[in-house]
Parts: sequence; C-alpha cells; structure tokens
Amino acid sequence: MSKYLLLKHYRGAPAAVNDVPMDQWKPEEISAHIQYMNDFAARLEKTGEFVDGQALAPEGTWVRYDGEGRPPVTDGPFAETKDVIAGWMVIDVDTYERAVELAGELSAAPGADGKPIHEWLELRPFLTEPPTITE
Amino acid sequence: MDEVLLRSLTPSVLGILVRRGADFAAAEDAVQDALVEAVRVWPAEPPRDPKGWLVTVAWRRFLDATRAETARRRREDLVDEEPAPGPVPAADDTLQLYFLCAHPSLTPSSAVALTLRAVGGLTTRQIAQAYLVPEATMAQRISRAKRTVSGVRFDQPGDAATVLRVLYLVFNEGYSGDVDLAAEAIRLTRQLAAAFDHPEVAGLLALMLLHHARRAARTAPDGSLVPLAEQDRGRWDTKLIAEGVEILQAALARDRLGEFQAQAAIAALHADAPTAEETDWVQIVEWYDELTRLTDSPVVRLNRAVAVGEADGPRAGLVALAALDESAPSGSSSRGDSLPRRAAVAAYLHERDGNLAKAARLYVEAAEKAPNLAEREHLTRQAARLNAQLRR
Repeated sequence: MSKYLLLKHYRGAPAAVNDVPMDQWKPEEISAHIQYMNDFAARLEKTGEFVDGQALAPEGTWVRYDGEGRPPVTDGPFAETKDVIAGWMVIDVDTYERAVELAGELSAAPGADGKPIHEWLELRPFLTEPPTITE
Repeated sequence: MDEVLLRSLTPSVLGILVRRGADFAAAEDAVQDALVEAVRVWPAEPPRDPKGWLVTVAWRRFLDATRAETARRRREDLVDEEPAPGPVPAADDTLQLYFLCAHPSLTPSSAVALTLRAVGGLTTRQIAQAYLVPEATMAQRISRAKRTVSGVRFDQPGDAATVLRVLYLVFNEGYSGDVDLAAEAIRLTRQLAAAFDHPEVAGLLALMLLHHARRAARTAPDGSLVPLAEQDRGRWDTKLIAEGVEILQAALARDRLGEFQAQAAIAALHADAPTAEETDWVQIVEWYDELTRLTDSPVVRLNRAVAVGEADGPRAGLVALAALDESAPSGSSSRGDSLPRRAAVAAYLHERDGNLAKAARLYVEAAEKAPNLAEREHLTRQAARLNAQLRR
C-alpha cells in the first residue's frame, strides 16, 4: 500500500527503443497511443490503483527568488538538453513489484508503425507519513 | 448523532443479513444505505432499539434491491420467501465478518478497505480520505473485494493470523485526518477481542494500546520525530499503558506465546521505564530472542542488534549487526544492507562507539533511504549534528 509517481519525459530521459518523434507518426498511431494510455488509466481505476494523472505542456521555466524588491529570476524556455516532464500518473499499489509491472505496461504504449515505443519511465516512490510504530 | 454507536452496530447488522441468506455484497450495500438513512433520521427521531431499527431498514433495502433485480428477469415477489427473522448470536457473526474481510484471496489493501467498511462501518469517502486516494478508486477497490469474497461460505473459520495482520496494517498506516486509523484499529481490535478469545488477539490489542499511549510524545509540535530516549515521558498516557500491560499479562499467563505478545512485551518494558536510562535492555534482548525464534525476520534481528547495543555496549551491537548481514543470502532482498533502517542502526551504534565520521556518513545514507519525510529530516539532522562536531 504505497504510492508511486510514474513520470513521462519529453526530453532528458534515455531514448526509447522505438524512438520516432510523435510528429512523424501517422494520425491513427497517435490516436492508438492516446487510447492505450486512457485505457491504462481506466483499468487502474477499476482495480482501485489509480490516484491521479495529468499531462504537462513541454514549456517549463526555472524560477528563482532574486532578492528583496526584485522580480524573480527566470531562465526562459528550456534549452534542448534540459529534462522536461511530459506528464505524470500517481498509482497506489500493494508492492514495488506491482508498480514496476504497471510502469512496464505503460512503457509498452504503441508508437510509430503500431509498435511499442519502449519509452523509459521514471518510477518514484512517495515519501509517506511515518508509521505508527517505529521504535 | 452517535457515530461511534452506529459504527459499532455495523458488523452485527451486516452479520444478521448475511445469516438470513443475503449475499455478502448485496447485504453490505443495504447496510450502507441503512446507515445513511440513520444519519438522516435519527437526530429528529432517535430509535428506542438502534440495532433493531438498522436491521429492519437494511433488510427492507435488501429486499427492495433484490425485488428490483428479480422483477427485471421474472416478475416475482421474494417477500413471501422471506425467512423468519430468528434470534442470531451477534458476536459470532461479527467474528465471521472479520475472517471474511481478511480472506487470503484479497490483496492487503483490499482486505484493509473491506474491513474498514464492513466491520468498521466507515463510509467509502472516509476510507478514501484516510488513504489519500480518490473516492472512485476506493469504491472500485471495495467493490472488487466484495466480488472476490462473494462466493466464500460465511460459516468457515478463517485464519486468525490474517485478520490480525490486516488490523495491524490499519494501525500502522498512521494517517490522522477525518478518520484516525490508529484509533479505528484499536476500536476494531477491541471488538475482535470481545468476540474471539485468543491470546494473540489480546497480544495485538496490548501492543496497539502501548504504542498509542506514547503517541503524543512521538512528534514535536513542528511534526519532527522525537526518538524514544528523548520523549517527554510525562506525556505518555498512563491509563492506556496500564490497560495494555494488564491485557498483556493475562495473555502471557495462558502460555501460548505468539509474535504480537512478544512485541507487546517489549513495548511494555519501554513503557515501564521511568527514564530511558532505566530501560531493562537485558530483558528486552531476551524478548527479541523469543521473537527471533517465532518469526526470524531480518527486521526483528535488526531491532535486536539495537537492544544488544544498549544492553552490552555498541561493540556487541555492531557484532550482532554483522551477523545479520552474513546470515542473509547475498543478493537477496532480505540481505542486511537493503533492510529499511539498517544504515540508521549502524550509524547510531558507530556514533556510540566513538566513530563519528563513519556514523555521519551512515546517517546520510540512512536519510537517502528513509521512506518518509519526518524520518529523512530526523536522520539528516543527526548527520548535520555529527558533522558540526567533527568540524570543531
């Protein structure tokens, strides 16, 4: 019974095996990919393992406090080399093994030529409340 | 509106419906409907016999639902076939519910959710909030669990160990929001102990009470962890401790030792010490030896190493820790260095042995592996404290 974050990356993650940019896919391949992820989320809702999920825009900005009375510093749009997160899903599963299994399934979403994209997903456990018994 | 009363009546009302022949899933839905109705009606018209009221309303709901379903297939009325409501031993039914909700075919999270709903009488929303998942997710988890156990015969005795593990899971969850899961687990375990005479149930109840008694002292106002040795013992709940010790002693007297009684005995020895220095570590080591005999889990042996470190000095503790690493097969997940909190224990023992640099490094490692924020911050603070000393 612990929660995990599944992170999809636009950039920054190792290249997928079936590494073709989405704008080179056929439209129906894009639809199949989106359908796969929607079905995946719907299935997790049924098993009682879904917590939340959102897609994120590719634009991101670093923001930093720059001193009293000054506007925050921003570094503008990301350079190509920076990691950009595409979206995330939070799951609540019984074991780490189950979380890995589900991340594997999500990574198998179809891409170009209808083949799985084998994309790398980041799997991060949530830090939880301390349990009642620690001593 | 007496919510505590409502919740405590839930299992026996559910038990009566199932005993009268209702399918578990349908009966559970009907009882939930009746509880909602009670919340609505009772403040204005309190019933003279709350349980009788709930049984009547729930049974009517069940019949309505069954009738609606039957009507779709065949226009037939079930009411004539209604079995006469005879007297039912409520305690036995409650007990059966516990076993059903902790059925081995359910995953731990499903068993926990079903127990809180069917035995605890919590609403799906309350359970979802307690576990920080959406209500729809929890609703699906519960309905899947109900489907899984719907074919299970109601009068088969289950495995007591599974029931206890589920209650222990609820207790350990540690969230306190709208529903305090630790208090809820204690309430349910009290009920179970009243219906089921078993030394390990008493052992688990004692263990929960003894830990719960220290709850107020376990965290500082800012939420940071306060280790056992530094806790303000004046804030421990002495009434709960006395109750836990009494229950434990009665259980131990029956000479059927189990894992929960042994753990409760350790907790009792901690609770019994007026100051941390006066803790009877020698006896605690002996209880850990018993626990090792009963479970032989790496976690128990890790805790034993701490106790040995206190009883016989840090060197002895480090030897016990080294023995733990050697006994686990290499590469297995039970190997010492992958154990939760192993680095923290090693850090503590090395610090007491005077090896501050090594201890600081191990505290950093422990902080990185900590499963929750409060622990991570606590361990990072320990590393920072030692590093400041080393710079001086």
